[in-house]
Amino acid sequence: MVSLQNPVSEVNKVGSVLVIGGGIGGIQSALDLAESGFKVYLVDKSSTIGGVMAQLDKTFPTNDCSMCILSPKLVECGRHLNVEVLTCSEVTGISGEVGNFSVSVRRRPRYVDIEKCTGCGLCAKFCPVEAIDTFNKGLCDRTAIHINYPQAVPLVYMIDKEKCIGCGLCRSVCLADAITYSDKEKVTTLNVGAVILAPGAEEFNAKLKSEYGYGRYPNVVTSIEFERILSASGPFSGRVQRPSDGDIPKKIAFLQCVGSRDVTCGNSYCSSVCCMYSTKEAVIAKEHMNQIEPTIFYIDMRSYGKDFDKYINRAKEEYGVRFVRCRISKVKEVPNTQNLRVKYETEDGRLSEEEFDLVVLSIGFTPSENIKQLAKNLGVELNEYGFSKIQPFYPLETSKPGIFVCGMFSSPKDIPETVTQASAAAAKAGELLSSVRGTLVKKKEYPDEMDVRGQPPRIGVFVCHCGINIGGVVGVPSVVDYARTLPNVIHACDNLYTCSSDTQEIIKNNIKEYGLNRVIVASCSPRTHEPLFQETIKEAGLNRYLFEMTNIRDQCSWVHLHDPEAATEKAKDLVRMAVAKARMIEPLERLSLGVTHRGLVIGGGLAGMTAALTLAKQGFEVDVVEKNQELGGFLRKIHHTLEHENTQENLRNLVENISANKLIQIFLNAKIEDVSGYVGNFKTTITQGSEKIERDHGIVIVATGGEEYSPNEYQYGEDPRIMTQLELENRIATPDLEKLGNVVMIQCVGSRNDEHPYCSRMCCGESVKNALKLKGKAPDTNVYILYRDIRTYGLIEEHYRKAREAGVIFIRYKEESKPTVTKALSEGKEVLHVSVFDPTIQEDILIDADLLVLSTAVVPPKENSILAKMLKVPINEDGFFLEAHAKLRPVDFATEGIFVCGMAHSPKSIDESIAQAKAAVSRACSLLTKDVIEAEGVIATVNPNRCTSCELCMQVCAYNAIEIEETKRGKTAKVNSALCKGCGACAATCRCSAIDIKGFTDMQLSSIITAMR
Amino acid sequence: MTPQEGFSPDIIGFLCNWCSYAGADLAGVSRFQYPPNVRIIRVMCSARVDPAIVLEAFVRGLDGIMVLGCHLGDCHYLTGNYYTEKRVKTVKSVLESVGLSPERLLIDWVSASEGERFAALVKEFTETIRELGALGKEANCDIQQLKTRLAAAKETLTRDRIRWLVGRERELTEDKNVFGERVTQEEFDQLMFQTIEKEFEKRKILISIGDDALSIKEIARKMEASPGKVLRNIVSLEHDGLVSVVGIEGNSPKYRRVRG
Repeated sequence: MVSLQNPVSEVNKVGSVLVIGGGIGGIQSALDLAESGFKVYLVDKSSTIGGVMAQLDKTFPTNDCSMCILSPKLVECGRHLNVEVLTCSEVTGISGEVGNFSVSVRRRPRYVDIEKCTGCGLCAKFCPVEAIDTFNKGLCDRTAIHINYPQAVPLVYMIDKEKCIGCGLCRSVCLADAITYSDKEKVTTLNVGAVILAPGAEEFNAKLKSEYGYGRYPNVVTSIEFERILSASGPFSGRVQRPSDGDIPKKIAFLQCVGSRDVTCGNSYCSSVCCMYSTKEAVIAKEHMNQIEPTIFYIDMRSYGKDFDKYINRAKEEYGVRFVRCRISKVKEVPNTQNLRVKYETEDGRLSEEEFDLVVLSIGFTPSENIKQLAKNLGVELNEYGFSKIQPFYPLETSKPGIFVCGMFSSPKDIPETVTQASAAAAKAGELLSSVRGTLVKKKEYPDEMDVRGQPPRIGVFVCHCGINIGGVVGVPSVVDYARTLPNVIHACDNLYTCSSDTQEIIKNNIKEYGLNRVIVASCSPRTHEPLFQETIKEAGLNRYLFEMTNIRDQCSWVHLHDPEAATEKAKDLVRMAVAKARMIEPLERLSLGVTHRGLVIGGGLAGMTAALTLAKQGFEVDVVEKNQELGGFLRKIHHTLEHENTQENLRNLVENISANKLIQIFLNAKIEDVSGYVGNFKTTITQGSEKIERDHGIVIVATGGEEYSPNEYQYGEDPRIMTQLELENRIATPDLEKLGNVVMIQCVGSRNDEHPYCSRMCCGESVKNALKLKGKAPDTNVYILYRDIRTYGLIEEHYRKAREAGVIFIRYKEESKPTVTKALSEGKEVLHVSVFDPTIQEDILIDADLLVLSTAVVPPKENSILAKMLKVPINEDGFFLEAHAKLRPVDFATEGIFVCGMAHSPKSIDESIAQAKAAVSRACSLLTKDVIEAEGVIATVNPNRCTSCELCMQVCAYNAIEIEETKRGKTAKVNSALCKGCGACAATCRCSAIDIKGFTDMQLSSIITAMR
Repeated sequence: MTPQEGFSPDIIGFLCNWCSYAGADLAGVSRFQYPPNVRIIRVMCSARVDPAIVLEAFVRGLDGIMVLGCHLGDCHYLTGNYYTEKRVKTVKSVLESVGLSPERLLIDWVSASEGERFAALVKEFTETIRELGALGKEANCDIQQLKTRLAAAKETLTRDRIRWLVGRERELTEDKNVFGERVTQEEFDQLMFQTIEKEFEKRKILISIGDDALSIKEIARKMEASPGKVLRNIVSLEHDGLVSVVGIEGNSPKYRRVRG
């Protein structure tokens, strides 16, 4: 068991955390911690953060564009006052103890000054040296001085020293004077209280499976290469072309389990994500080019996650993706066409061969040598595969106290699970360091804001050359001259780089010198640079919203390179339009909301209890509301884990800890009567018997759990020999289990059918676990598992393999020919006849079962829908709560301050429930640790004189931010500034023009349009 | 249609901050060239684009308008772009009533990684507008007529009943109405079309009257419409208290707008 040995005394603890790995996991950990009062160092060995997710085209099961959802997080991380990003860096050693570590970091030279480089890209335009573009997986070339991708953070170029010939051209063209050939490797030491490991994993080296021809045949590519092929910002701009001749392939084969579930290459585990990503790639390929015919060759379809089975069905039915269950023996190139012949063996043992234009290998994931070395440097123990060793009840803890782990480094997993674990690891670090929270964070002080209301606009316009990026096409001086002629423009000037730190001083001085009260920057994209300039004018005493930005680079000079005259005219128009708006902008206020520092956890099962305990460890009061008379929920029915952990003992400890904790109040036999209010300020009514209890809460965590489906199938309830898997588990736990001859288990009872179209995720592991237990107790027991797909994802696969080795017999059945159970007399005894069609021998098999065990579905509690209405949060078609975003906000709801975890979200295992519970707490702590929360400034506002309280706005609002309020003058819509996100859907819907959006008012938009003509 | 000689259209693009604006940035980063006619206005969400704002832009004489958002399902604000889609459809049908080609208004989705697609869309749209010619070329009416019609169209889209229908369309056609029934898309479209037509005619009448006092025949002449149709609408306008009879000249009652 992991425990904190010799914990450092509280006084020596350090309020900072080191996060190793800047992929989506590391980014999430860093942001959560920085938002809850810790200083964060985010270390990545690459030149940018973003990790593998930056290379993906779309993400399953929503087909969201990966870059669209990732890049705001990158920007947030890059700009956060309390996140220090260390790129090109590797951790080489650690000393000290939990709560107070010294970590040494080796920083490779970048040869470009991170402070000076503006990312303008001039150097790469001139660089004469071409190198293989590793970000694009070698499918195209880049220059020696490069950035990985246009949205990279930090957006700073880097010289690839191995390729650079040192010709000096980049320095001579760099106008920002940012090239530093004298850069040397440095070693820095960081003092941190805790470490989070988020280094990810490496793609399996497909060359090791030589039978598939990767590396020899150009038209055999890996799945990650295919992601780049699909990507609109990839080498082929999203046209699906094959490497040998650039032709669009018609037939594409996806080969599953390359480097996964394969003892011969040492990776006997399942890589968890490949079934889904291949299906996604097949769907997207088809979407890009309709002539493509994708085929996926697989062993078991492991679509075990939330809404995954629906995705597979859509791929089959809507996109015509073909799925073939088989084993691939060989891929061979056809000499003339460079097409590929795929040889495979179907389930019934027949050998087939088929020709394809392109073959995609669905490669698995494995810990890299680099990561193994890192673990060694840190003293973290690894398992047989090289993943970090963890235990089911401690899924975030490495063998070394104070060092936590998330993402692929503990086992292969997808993005939402990585993000969940990342938040959860942040919660672990927060628990450890809660006494030193806030000790190392920086807080920026600003001068008092000048009151400019009522003053005539005095506008300053700053036009950027961006080196020659703008100035080389647009006549910047003439734009400046033109700006000076516009009404209310007091000052206009040009800057070589408006974003450089010296220009920030110029802007501030000019605000003072000319008494400017509105500032316009004409340069690049507000998406990346607006916060910087807003900060600058705030430092000069102006409200941050007295700023306008217009994009004359990305959307002008760069796209009209060959028409400088038109580009200049367009730039003038854009400046005129910006001035028109700037004349109408007003200072906006960001509402400050107080926060009640107490949490509400609904549900007292594993997830609820874990959440409560984690919140309490972070120093917050918690109320736990449980509908039953005792804590424990679903976990009460589970006796041991696959890894032989004693579940009941863990449960007892948890109940003891939670009961003994003074910050936690438990309400048993209780339910939520009502919840009103909003983030930071919820008012809850709890009923316990006849008593009504009113409580204030800052956040709400929904952990209502799941229930066991009670089957109508297979004569359940009619014979004591027919039982559910959980009932069997209970029987196994009793010492006097009778001797059994034949035990038959049927999978997917109540799952993956019309009533419950989802996979219940835990049942395959459950059956394997119980089968192994039976075999362990009496090896001569015959155990048959009748399944549709064995979904022992990740490291659970190992137990599946063990079960097969132990002689457990697995027989697949199809949904349309389910096993049948009949009672018959045999030798004077009534026996259970189980009949099933075995596809490998193409015959019916008859088994006389002494025990028939049904692996039943996990179903959501009925009360979910009532609670959902009360909290104004959604549930999905299956009755589980629906998170804000399937990928990057797995435990948040769109409504701020409310979170979800455990089986309330979807069926899941013990370690997954624990991780989610801790993740929910981590997200909650970014609110609870603050005394006030700042709301958005750009929000909707209602003119009560015009409002007819028709409620149309309430219907379109996705955030429940609008309510109807009773006033003296009648009913009117009221915008809750705490909840409004400023999207504007209400304003554009309002039938009486009673709603406007501050910062994007009707008048402002109209003035821009008027200025255009 | 042959393109107008030397015609360079004025185009506005409303782009949402999270996907399409980022896509436009990427077009720049990747140096995908496109015609310089488009001026981009950034909004946080495509759902901010009020139908009335679109008409305002046409009233101001712009030749084409693009509304670009995140791909459906990807909206940063969860559901915003679904509303945008419905609204734009309505605006298009209003444009048809005006006599303008609905192609002057483009709705499409561009993700943050679709720089090339953004450039292609702009190129294609600019070409479409170039071929259509200056605003109103297809409408077969004089500039004054067109202005009246556009002003009427803008007012139509600020009418509360129209906006109510637009706002409820998703719910009615995809979920259920107050009776728990689902309205088919055809049913809804037909109703929407009729309501808009009617409202548009009325707005045209009001604008034609202006500050004058006019008879039915005079209004009909100004609008190039049949007096019978004008009458039907005048009756309804009078009923709503928007016009009233201020006198009778010969046999013809004169109508004047009631300014509230």
